[in-house]
Amino acid sequence: MAVTFAVTPRTGSAARSQRGRTRSRVRRNVTGWAFAGPATAVVAGLSIFPAVWAFFISRAKWNGITPGVPVGWRNYEQLVRDPDMLAAARHTLVLTALFVPSSVVLGIVIAIALNQRIRLIGFYRTCIFVPYVASAAATGILAGFVFNPQFGAANDVLRHLGIPAQQFLEGPHEALYVVVLIALWGEVGFTTVVYLAALQDIPRELVEAAVMDGAGRFRVFRHITLPELRPVTVFAAVWQTITAMQLFDLIYTTTRGGPLNTTQTIVYYIYELAFQTQRLGYGAAAAYLLFVVTLILTLAVIWYGRRRGSEVF
Amino acid sequence: MTRRWKLPFSAWHLLLMPLALIFVLPLVQMVLTSFMSTAEINQFPPKLIPSSLHLEGYRALLTQTPVIRWFGNTVLVSTVSVVSHLILCSAAGYGFARLKFAGRGLAFLVIIATVMIPLQLLMIPTYLMFARIGIVDTLAAAFVPWLASAFGIFLMRQFFLSLPVELEEAALIDGCGTWRTFRSIVLPLARPALATLAIFTLLSSWNDLLWPLVAISDDSKFTLQVGLANFQGTRRTEWAQLMAGNVIATAPLILAFLFAQKRFIATMSFTGLKG
Repeated sequence: MAVTFAVTPRTGSAARSQRGRTRSRVRRNVTGWAFAGPATAVVAGLSIFPAVWAFFISRAKWNGITPGVPVGWRNYEQLVRDPDMLAAARHTLVLTALFVPSSVVLGIVIAIALNQRIRLIGFYRTCIFVPYVASAAATGILAGFVFNPQFGAANDVLRHLGIPAQQFLEGPHEALYVVVLIALWGEVGFTTVVYLAALQDIPRELVEAAVMDGAGRFRVFRHITLPELRPVTVFAAVWQTITAMQLFDLIYTTTRGGPLNTTQTIVYYIYELAFQTQRLGYGAAAAYLLFVVTLILTLAVIWYGRRRGSEVF
Repeated sequence: MTRRWKLPFSAWHLLLMPLALIFVLPLVQMVLTSFMSTAEINQFPPKLIPSSLHLEGYRALLTQTPVIRWFGNTVLVSTVSVVSHLILCSAAGYGFARLKFAGRGLAFLVIIATVMIPLQLLMIPTYLMFARIGIVDTLAAAFVPWLASAFGIFLMRQFFLSLPVELEEAALIDGCGTWRTFRSIVLPLARPALATLAIFTLLSSWNDLLWPLVAISDDSKFTLQVGLANFQGTRRTEWAQLMAGNVIATAPLILAFLFAQKRFIATMSFTGLKG
């Protein structure tokens, strides 16, 4: 530093501060990227690049071994007329339409019940949350046992209620509904936790003021609790829509798409296309279609939630 | 005057007791069935309590499948995922929350945008990519996608933003470098957020089925979930073994849940509110 001063006495202090500022800016950038860079590289590298590549794959006919043949939009054109794809889409929609509202309503009801100050509440809480920790694969295997048509506990319960035995996962007309029940068993703990946290965030004064004004329990629920839960409901609905649209693990360990393909979901179909029959381009196109539809549905749920929020309340 | 008939206990029990049983009984049955003989399992009406402690299911599973190996693989994949998540995501979260550097806003935006891209869109190109660099069919294929996640970065950033800046400023004035401030001042305060991140990563990586199923086809490299799912495909009726496998695959997380329930529930609700 002293040498620099001696050699360039005229511009000394200005140059020093200029250079110092540049140096400190470079250092700041290096430090910042040293902190943020590795994780950013992993996340972006494993999503942006593959997502772009998937688009190019989706416009080719390719089995992964011989060179792919570009086919333009033909995969997409074929998909919207593919009966298997349409059936998978229908099953996925039925599943989503049943799963999302049920898990939201059950979540609210159970959360309100768990929010009471009564005995055994800790025990109830543990019991209701524990299935969420079990993997979908294990849940599916366990469900195959509980819903076994020959000796399963489910038919035993029906027998006690005087209802004839059912085929459950082996019955083409009921398997999809049983899958919804199993998915609810595994996922309701999640919506419940979310609602429980939201309930505990409702300011006590709000409820007390309403009660002072003479509101009964039901009116407090209708006009205070429900509106306060609205933002969480939008979120829970979006989250569960994505969960339902992407259901795979449970299908794989319960029905593998059967019986007679009645539980084949879109993700299961994509898995079969790409990794069982090696139709990579066609599978990628199906995945892109699902991505776009999920995105639209998600935005629709958010938009619907916002609109209702401003109109009703 | 009419006297109101009153329950000796809160009416909520009438709702909660059956619900609690519906949620927990299948798991209880899973554990009990794993200790039954095949003859006992195939009875109707089903029994809940085994007549005596049969270990055939476990023994058969241990001799016919490399289940110990699968367990070890799962532990390894989960451990690498959790440790890497804790290091990379907390560093990145701190960077995005506190440090000013060129491209920060854009990089964070890109990370948030990736949340929208679902796994099934990524699995085909990621598989091909991993095949090309030669890590398909190794354990690395199972954990590389779990080294860091957008959710983890976001979670840690939100946490660091909620901390008061004054502490770090004081440390910097005292001559602490950025790294030392992060290591010895900020990280110790972040323990609750780190616990949330660790539980989230553990749950996701331990329970993942689709990706390891795609990426690994060598029997000895399977994770527990893949191993069991494929085992089930070939032995649909070996219920004692299947339930034993289920117990091995779920017991560690269920026990962890029972011991650290509060932390798990905090993780679930954080995933919910901020995810």
